[in-house]
Amino acid sequence: MSHFLSLLFRNRLAALGGVVLAAILLMVLVTPLLPLQDPDITNTADRFLRPFSEGHLLGTDHLGRDLLSRLLWGTRLSLAVGIAAALIAGVIGSAIGITAGYFGGRTDNVIMRAVDMLMAFPYILLALAIVAALGPGLMNALVAVAAVNVPFFARNIRGVTVGLAGREFIDAAKLAGMGHLRIILVELLPNVLPVIIIAMSTTVGWMILETAGLSFLGLGSQPPQADLGSMLGEARAALITAPHTSVVPGVMIFLIVMSINLLGDGVRDALDPRLRSGALTRPRATTLVDRKGELPAPADDLLAIQDLHTQFHVGDRVYKAVGGVSLSVQPGECLGVIGESGSGKSVTALSVMGLVASPPGVITGGAVRFQGEDLVGAPYEALRRKRGDRVAYIFQDPLSTLHPLYRVGDQLAEAIRAHHAISREEARTRAVELFRAVRIPNAESRIDNFPHEMSGGMRQRVGIAMALANDPDVIIADEPTTALDVTVQAQILSLLDDLRRDRGLAIIFITHDFGVVAQLCDRVAVMYAGRIVEEGPTGAVLAAPAHPYTGRLIACVPELGQGRRELAAIPGLPPAVDRLPAGCAFAPRCDKATEICRQGEVALSGTDSRAVRCHFPEEAVA
Amino acid sequence: MGGYILKRLVSAIPVLLGITVIVFLIMAMIPGDPATAILGAYATPENVAKLNRDLGLDAPLAQRYFIWLGNMLSGDFGRSYSLNRPVLDEILERFQATLILAGISFVLCSVLGILAGVVSAARQYGLADKAITFTVLIGISVPSFFLGMMMILLFAVNLRWLPVSGMFAIYGGGDLPDLLKHLVMPAVALSVVATGVIARLSRSAMLEVLRQDYIRTARAKGVPERRVIMGHALRAAMVSIIPVLGIQAGFVLSGSVYIEMVFQWPGIGRMLVDAILKRDILLVQGGVVFVAACYVIFNIMVDVAQSLLDPRIKT
Repeated sequence: MSHFLSLLFRNRLAALGGVVLAAILLMVLVTPLLPLQDPDITNTADRFLRPFSEGHLLGTDHLGRDLLSRLLWGTRLSLAVGIAAALIAGVIGSAIGITAGYFGGRTDNVIMRAVDMLMAFPYILLALAIVAALGPGLMNALVAVAAVNVPFFARNIRGVTVGLAGREFIDAAKLAGMGHLRIILVELLPNVLPVIIIAMSTTVGWMILETAGLSFLGLGSQPPQADLGSMLGEARAALITAPHTSVVPGVMIFLIVMSINLLGDGVRDALDPRLRSGALTRPRATTLVDRKGELPAPADDLLAIQDLHTQFHVGDRVYKAVGGVSLSVQPGECLGVIGESGSGKSVTALSVMGLVASPPGVITGGAVRFQGEDLVGAPYEALRRKRGDRVAYIFQDPLSTLHPLYRVGDQLAEAIRAHHAISREEARTRAVELFRAVRIPNAESRIDNFPHEMSGGMRQRVGIAMALANDPDVIIADEPTTALDVTVQAQILSLLDDLRRDRGLAIIFITHDFGVVAQLCDRVAVMYAGRIVEEGPTGAVLAAPAHPYTGRLIACVPELGQGRRELAAIPGLPPAVDRLPAGCAFAPRCDKATEICRQGEVALSGTDSRAVRCHFPEEAVA
Repeated sequence: MGGYILKRLVSAIPVLLGITVIVFLIMAMIPGDPATAILGAYATPENVAKLNRDLGLDAPLAQRYFIWLGNMLSGDFGRSYSLNRPVLDEILERFQATLILAGISFVLCSVLGILAGVVSAARQYGLADKAITFTVLIGISVPSFFLGMMMILLFAVNLRWLPVSGMFAIYGGGDLPDLLKHLVMPAVALSVVATGVIARLSRSAMLEVLRQDYIRTARAKGVPERRVIMGHALRAAMVSIIPVLGIQAGFVLSGSVYIEMVFQWPGIGRMLVDAILKRDILLVQGGVVFVAACYVIFNIMVDVAQSLLDPRIKT
């Protein structure tokens, strides 16, 4: 609770709303004690006095009544009526909602049907009908506003109750022989109460406005009694000659409603954990870049990642997801990047084209060179022109990575049309060709499917077709087969392999599965805690892993026909990248680790083609 | 598709019947004798008895309901005693004016609200976002009737840009430009709160969508950012915006009652308020049923629009 309050008041606007509302409440509470004039005493000689007239701070109205006094008494009345309406609606609505939710079945059905009917009305029609039946008057307006809001509470509270009614403590109470009423009052109500109170506090402003509205129409408070609405309604006739009589009550309604809105927003934000973690920020079109120090010298590789540093900045914390990674690929080559979840392999891949979600992602160092040109520092438009055209991605889980509302053929055509000015028909023809190239059967009809109408394997083929659309030089495949079953996985891998050989494209293949690497990749880089710990030709690394971590990782792969080999899980967990230990990040999980492993940097040693980051490699690399 | 629309229309029948039952029951709450309420306190006992017979008010409640319902279905909403003309004629005439006002306001708040929400989300925490968020905060807190009055003061009285009130100028008016001139202030005043609500919702719907993987895919394809926002993201966000548009239409319709009073707009809201003050029960009853029925039909159209937009909805 105190945590909630501190969150609430850290929100400056909510605090402002709270202060304004508290001031207004205090004012109306002490109104009877203030030396005010009688709000109902008329004095036609002093009609329409302007504000700051002698004896009348806010002036007088059309009957010469003191506006300040009327304002305070009117505010008091408006607040009282609004709060009363909220209480009545809250109590009755909640009672109905709890009854429906607790008893369920037919009771629930009948009640909720009736509630739906009531909600089918634009609210004011119902209120007008009730006032028409009961006759104009403040009490009747209060009844009308409360009645109109009952369905809202009934529906919300029913939802909460249904969730609670199936829980064990209710069953236990029933078994203990407690009566329904007692269960509802003792077991259920305390759990539902916070929701009721929050719903009331967020709707009270609304109810104040509605009763003021009815009074404004002349259907609420009747003269000489006046709430803010009827003050405004009466002042309307003199709007042009004496605008201050309208402005005074109008501004007060505005202040009340706004302060309640501000407070309500604050409450909602403080209760919504997603806002607290800052997760509801949208990623920008490209990853933020904040590089310090000199850029690495240009290389003549097709694609070279050079000493890349990518971090996530969340609040005061810095997560070093990628801490100085260098990789390169040549045309026609397939490079595997392997590591556990959280090792930074996906972030490395996404950094290449500036696709790391930002905020919170920031590229803090290094370069990514495509044919010698630095992509990290490239302006947005230059980067966009290469995205999907020269360097294309295949993502994991094509159900979430394909747009659910666009036909797959259109999504494919769009990939082409983003880079080539061709007609719709041409794009469609090309899409069919691409579907055939990735061996989607019935390509002509399949391009009109939506993603949800396809199987996982077919969707992944769409993803691959999309990556191939512009005949790119490099494809970065981020665990493209992880979500698929084994046979489909094998098909997709051989498809990728064929395409690589036919088209001579370079592939960076991200995975956590050495089996997949063995099947497809020429070279492999092993990542751990944001750094490369070993690199080399696939055969060499598989046959003689140098880093203890690589050895453990290979031991995790079950081999078919190898009998009962023991599958060795790696003890411990990878370190959190916001608290990386000094020295080798794997040391805490390594049996060979000694004192020197836990201090200083461990350098990547060896040649360009075969290297390891370890003081005590299992195999000497040269 | 046609089948789906038909299915939705059929499913509306119980709701429409429910509406008539609710209105009927509310009207049955009228304290004392309805005929006296209709004729006023000074009616002669003979007239009261006659009206009771004419209206079938001496029959049991259930029977009275079905007589009333049958009459309405055959187009007989009764006769307004205060206007001395058939209720349905008056309703149809007034509803046109309301439809123009509420319709324009609805279009205004939908377009402006969504646009503001999209800009706000795309420029999150930027200057535009802050300006929009602040404006929205003020906008949703101003009572529409107060805003209308202040607009009259500023634009009609002080600046003399626009007419004070009414739907047409009394002399020489009646054409479209005249109508539009009269429409500007009421339409804007009516749409402000709904615009704010829609803008807020659109912003959060867009922020939610922009974090999705398929947006990253669109960017990875090299789709220009403008198209990512206005195409991919907005299209997906519309799925959660459309139902709110339906709800806001109800609020615009409700708000039109106040705005019609402020701007002397000859719509159905003002008719209802006048009818209540004159205790013209039949007119109120007919007007409420009619507008509520229109709103139910409108919401079916919203559902159909939703199903057109989202192929995942089974039609």
